Amino acid sequence: MNPVMKTLILFFFLLPFSLFGNWLSFRGDAGNGSIPDKLSPNVGTAGKTSWRIDLPGRGLSSPIVVGNLVFLTASSGPKEETLHIMAFEAKKGKKAWERKFKATGRTVCHEKTCVAAPTMSSDGKLVVAQFSSNDVFCLDLKGNLKWLRGLTYDYPNAANGLGMSSSPVIVGEVVIAQVENDAESFTAGLSLANGSTLWKKERPRGANWTSPAVIGKGGSQQVLLQSMKGLAMIDPKNGKDQWKYEEGASTIPSSTVAGHTILVPSNGLTALKARTDGRSHTQIWRDNKLGPGTGSPTISGDMLYVVNKANVLTCAKIETGEIIWRMRLKGPMSSSPVATREHLFVFNEEGLGQVVEIGLEEGKTVASVDLGETILCTPAVSGGALFVRSDKSLWRLSD
Amino acid sequence: MKITQTPLVLLALGLTPLCILPAQEKEFIGALTRIDSKGKGNAEAVQLWSAIEKLNASSIPDLLQAMNKANDLGDNWIRAAISEILSRNEKKFPQKQVLSFLENQKNSGSSRKLAFEILRENKPALASSLVPNFIDDREPTLRRLAVGELLTSAQASKDTTKSAALFEKVLQKGREVDQIKEASNALEKGGRKVDLQSLMGFLPEWKTIGPFDNTGRQGFGKPYPPEQEIDLDAGYQGKNDKVKWSAFSTSDPFGMLDVNKQYGEVKEVLAYAYTTFDSDSDQVAQFRIGSKNAWKLWVNGKLLFARDEYHRGKTRVDQFVIDGALKKGSNGILVKVCQNEQTQSWTKQWEFCLRITDPTGTVLHSRDTSNK
Repeated sequence: MNPVMKTLILFFFLLPFSLFGNWLSFRGDAGNGSIPDKLSPNVGTAGKTSWRIDLPGRGLSSPIVVGNLVFLTASSGPKEETLHIMAFEAKKGKKAWERKFKATGRTVCHEKTCVAAPTMSSDGKLVVAQFSSNDVFCLDLKGNLKWLRGLTYDYPNAANGLGMSSSPVIVGEVVIAQVENDAESFTAGLSLANGSTLWKKERPRGANWTSPAVIGKGGSQQVLLQSMKGLAMIDPKNGKDQWKYEEGASTIPSSTVAGHTILVPSNGLTALKARTDGRSHTQIWRDNKLGPGTGSPTISGDMLYVVNKANVLTCAKIETGEIIWRMRLKGPMSSSPVATREHLFVFNEEGLGQVVEIGLEEGKTVASVDLGETILCTPAVSGGALFVRSDKSLWRLSD
Repeated sequence: MKITQTPLVLLALGLTPLCILPAQEKEFIGALTRIDSKGKGNAEAVQLWSAIEKLNASSIPDLLQAMNKANDLGDNWIRAAISEILSRNEKKFPQKQVLSFLENQKNSGSSRKLAFEILRENKPALASSLVPNFIDDREPTLRRLAVGELLTSAQASKDTTKSAALFEKVLQKGREVDQIKEASNALEKGGRKVDLQSLMGFLPEWKTIGPFDNTGRQGFGKPYPPEQEIDLDAGYQGKNDKVKWSAFSTSDPFGMLDVNKQYGEVKEVLAYAYTTFDSDSDQVAQFRIGSKNAWKLWVNGKLLFARDEYHRGKTRVDQFVIDGALKKGSNGILVKVCQNEQTQSWTKQWEFCLRITDPTGTVLHSRDTSNK
């Protein structure tokens, strides 16, 4: 084929993706909250392409964006036994499709959370949704079911009385579902093709709300599993431990990857680097003043950002942990921030979105948006807009 | 597998068969009912799933019938199949057959609920008119809708006599805790005393023995003598001293047995509670236990379920609903309830509550006087 023609076909094929930009999993494609594109600090409900739609159920899962579709989960019913997986047109908010399933695992949760807590994940062709009931569904972008699993149906003690929230990740042909709790604690590698169990490994018994993180690129990607015991780097193909960091870690905020550096919410914040042998790690630095609250650390350029339990946002160097500046935000805060090179965006539980200019010497709140509903999720970013949800609404916020 | 080869060959050649043969539809639906735990049957279902494109709304009654035979996982596959068909044929669905399926209480509750949801989404007025008929339905989720309407009417009524009568009806017909509580609260505000413990069938009379050692949470897995034999006259070595069975009852409206009252607020201990339930027949039953402590439940010496988790949220009525069976006559019910080492104020509770219902949520009462 003529190279020009080839380029043109490729251009039109990729057009919807390039216009919107994917946000494929919890805290973005890299899972660290960094926004690769530009995003205006003035995003809000009055923007030209902003919209708000009603949702059919509760949820604190974050939206993800694949091409021109926004995907989201929700749960409804007196016992939150109905599980919703939905797709909306990113541009207009029109519902493209919705699929409803029945929870096969336990649906009891703490009042603050709900069954739709984990965020979906996508490889760009398929989407995977996991719920607190440990039901896992894989669908194509048109809503056709590819497979499903009921991991609490399989292992009836795999449950947490407060609810579970780990978001799945997809690495190559494997879906990693973290099902870690006090009673029957495990992580499973499921075939993306048909949902069969490729491997299942026992994990430390203890409630765990963190999500797996992915490190590396292409075929050399590895997965990081965090628990109260610490952190384990595993091979996603077989679940085998590559190395372990065993100095304890938080069970709420998740580890964040910045290039080769792993920021672990452990003893404050601990920076690790996997050694080139792939079988061991080095501790680079540790700072007990950098411990995150509920949200996970966020990356922008060479800097990391954490919001602690007192709602103080701290900027520090990824390489050394040196704290550059601190500022207080309006809390309380459950969600993780997302950040461009210039601005950090974070929502508090009262629905106040705060936009912070992240300068080299200080941080300054430059804009805000009040959604007036409880926001516990981390926003998704695509096509120059923020996507954020409450128990009742999904918003697209643009400038 | 032979009957699926033709369409698979056609698909492999890039040709799309125009319609599905009845045998192929049967094979496809059959695969969905063979789905089992730990991914069994998934690969077959994934392989056959493309047949869904050839199904139309006329297959919905067969899919609903298949749901009767499916487990919860197959149930979800069939939901997805019906949803995909309906998304292509929104205006064409076999209303008469779906309605007939819903009305036949021999069909499984889950499939009938789905039939109702199909009607509600496509024929909302018709669905709405059906709701009052669910007041005695065997499927709790359908019955809940009718009871919900009673509650709404009771709350809206300005006639206190009429309102009270409607709340009383909720107590009689309701099967779900929140609806019963709501009606009971409303009636008690008006001065009526509701015996929730009896109404909801909590077991208040027990014999308990303890405390046994649970240091390091190790007692949960340790079979102390009450797990080997039930001898209410026997004494055993406990955590500190010799321990004996003693009577313990609760007057809590939700049957909460506060074990701290029996043994003090001690930590790293466990106790056993034993009672009997006199059933008027051999019957399947649901054992509905609530506890924020680690626990095990045996019925007639058979372990029904064990949960090794402490203080993750509060104790809730019907927190765990476990399928089991009662035999005609006396049934022995043994609960092991454990307390761990945590010292925070929210970890003091050492408690459980238990009631028994049939699979529709209707309370089963013991024929003997103690746990009637």
